Amino acid sequence: MPKKRVAIVGTGQTYHKSHRPDVNGQELINEAVQRALKDADLTIKDIDAVVIGNMDHFEGINYVDCWSVDGSGGTMKPVIKLTTGGTTGSTLAIGGYHLVASGFFEKVLVIGWEKNSESDTTGAITTAFDPVWDRLVFAGAISGLAAEAQAYMAKYGATEKDAARVSVRDRKHACNNPHAQLRREITIEDVLASPMLADPIHLLDVCPRTDGACAVIMASEDCAGKVTSTPDWIWTTANRHKYTYLGDVNWGELDSIAEASREIYAKAGIREPRKEIDVIELYQPYSFAGIIWIEDLGIVEKGKGAEYIWSGATDMGGELPINPSGGVIACNPIGATGLIRCAEAALQVMGKAEARQVPDVNFAISTGFGGCMWSDMLLHGKRKPDF
Amino acid sequence: MTDIFSDVEPMVFKSRINVPYAWWTGETAERFFLALRDDKKIMGTRCPVCEKVFVPPRKVCPLCFHEKMAWVEVSSEGVLESFTIVKRQLAALTRKAPVIFGLIKLDGADTSILHYIENPGHEDIKIGTRVAAKFNEERSGSMQDIACFRPIS
Ligand SMILES: [Zn+2]
Repeated sequence: MPKKRVAIVGTGQTYHKSHRPDVNGQELINEAVQRALKDADLTIKDIDAVVIGNMDHFEGINYVDCWSVDGSGGTMKPVIKLTTGGTTGSTLAIGGYHLVASGFFEKVLVIGWEKNSESDTTGAITTAFDPVWDRLVFAGAISGLAAEAQAYMAKYGATEKDAARVSVRDRKHACNNPHAQLRREITIEDVLASPMLADPIHLLDVCPRTDGACAVIMASEDCAGKVTSTPDWIWTTANRHKYTYLGDVNWGELDSIAEASREIYAKAGIREPRKEIDVIELYQPYSFAGIIWIEDLGIVEKGKGAEYIWSGATDMGGELPINPSGGVIACNPIGATGLIRCAEAALQVMGKAEARQVPDVNFAISTGFGGCMWSDMLLHGKRKPDF
Repeated sequence: MTDIFSDVEPMVFKSRINVPYAWWTGETAERFFLALRDDKKIMGTRCPVCEKVFVPPRKVCPLCFHEKMAWVEVSSEGVLESFTIVKRQLAALTRKAPVIFGLIKLDGADTSILHYIENPGHEDIKIGTRVAAKFNEERSGSMQDIACFRPIS
């Protein structure tokens, strides 16, 4: 159990774009950090430790913890780097939570960032696969996702049109988020007419490549209330890894998110997640995941994901809005992406999400997903945890 | 190496991927490189709070987090803070060994820059030696626009 309860007291993001030639990596990081400090009305002197991460082979800089201090403010402070592939941003959030929950640090600055425009994303992601057994055939992130979608479609009869409805939702939501990269609505026809990348995934079914950074400030219960009147309490976190070789995956279901969510529901006493959770920021790198993973999360029964999406329940104003920010399909600075989910969930709980605010959020979930079948999850709440 | 493999058939898979990198300098470093290329000037940024002058220039003071840094020109001469003579031809070297790596604190700056030191015909480089930049005639906007630093009396 945690020694101290932990709250998010400030967040900051850059305006995420496909290319940021105007700043180097440290300067990009600094934009997010300065915004988070302003949001919390703190200065860098108030920060006790820094946790930072990205996909370090994306920029070819292998000592990011040290190299980034000009931007992170980590000069002469404890700094730890965490990097776990696609889940890097959510692992950063979990790592920051652990540092504060342990009682060792009172205020921790958590930073995720990426400059995807500085290398070949697919080449770099391919290094996530086993070089002897899997890498010669599989390539990049999209192959694994396509295999998942195919397996799910064969099992439950879902269609490309069902998936397109998820892209349409997220891209519509993104129009409410000034930080999102892709802020233009699309139609189902647009998705289906976009180039097929890896059957059944079209270009408009998947995330873009983005330059951007996100910073989150976490504080212990001893000072969180002094920093902000609307802290976002982190109730609990969970993380599951599943496979070494791609052939070990239970394709068509995401076991890691299923188990992580059950751990979280059990810890928090949540019996009916669909009714008790008010909003989800889902690390959903492609549209089919918006159908499959809400089943694995226990929001709807197996095979009922598409029906729930078509009902509008996950749209803004629906029963359980998913990705009010526009999610990963609208914006994906990979090392920051998971932390953006966490920051966006925090904004929802704090009531600071502006045009993308879901009313009366008591519980929010943010998730992370990585290369390709592991999961992180955080439960955010308005009320201080009672454990 | 061949001895190790004399009794075995090595089973190795070669990587098929190539990850090329290209880094944006950002507008702050760009201004430094353009002044170097076009005017043979070395620019730094000064923090109005701690009054330190940073070369390479920083957009934000890394110590104070102050965002309004002022541009200042520093001298192309300075003092050798430390150095080493590299005698082995390492793969990353762009010049033929031996080469001297030096850390040079330019007059007017509070931080040092890393560059080659040349001292033709002499080995008597010492910490504290005063050095001056030797600019290349052809300049393209990188640290290589300075050929090296040389001792001055
Ligand atoms: Zn300063």
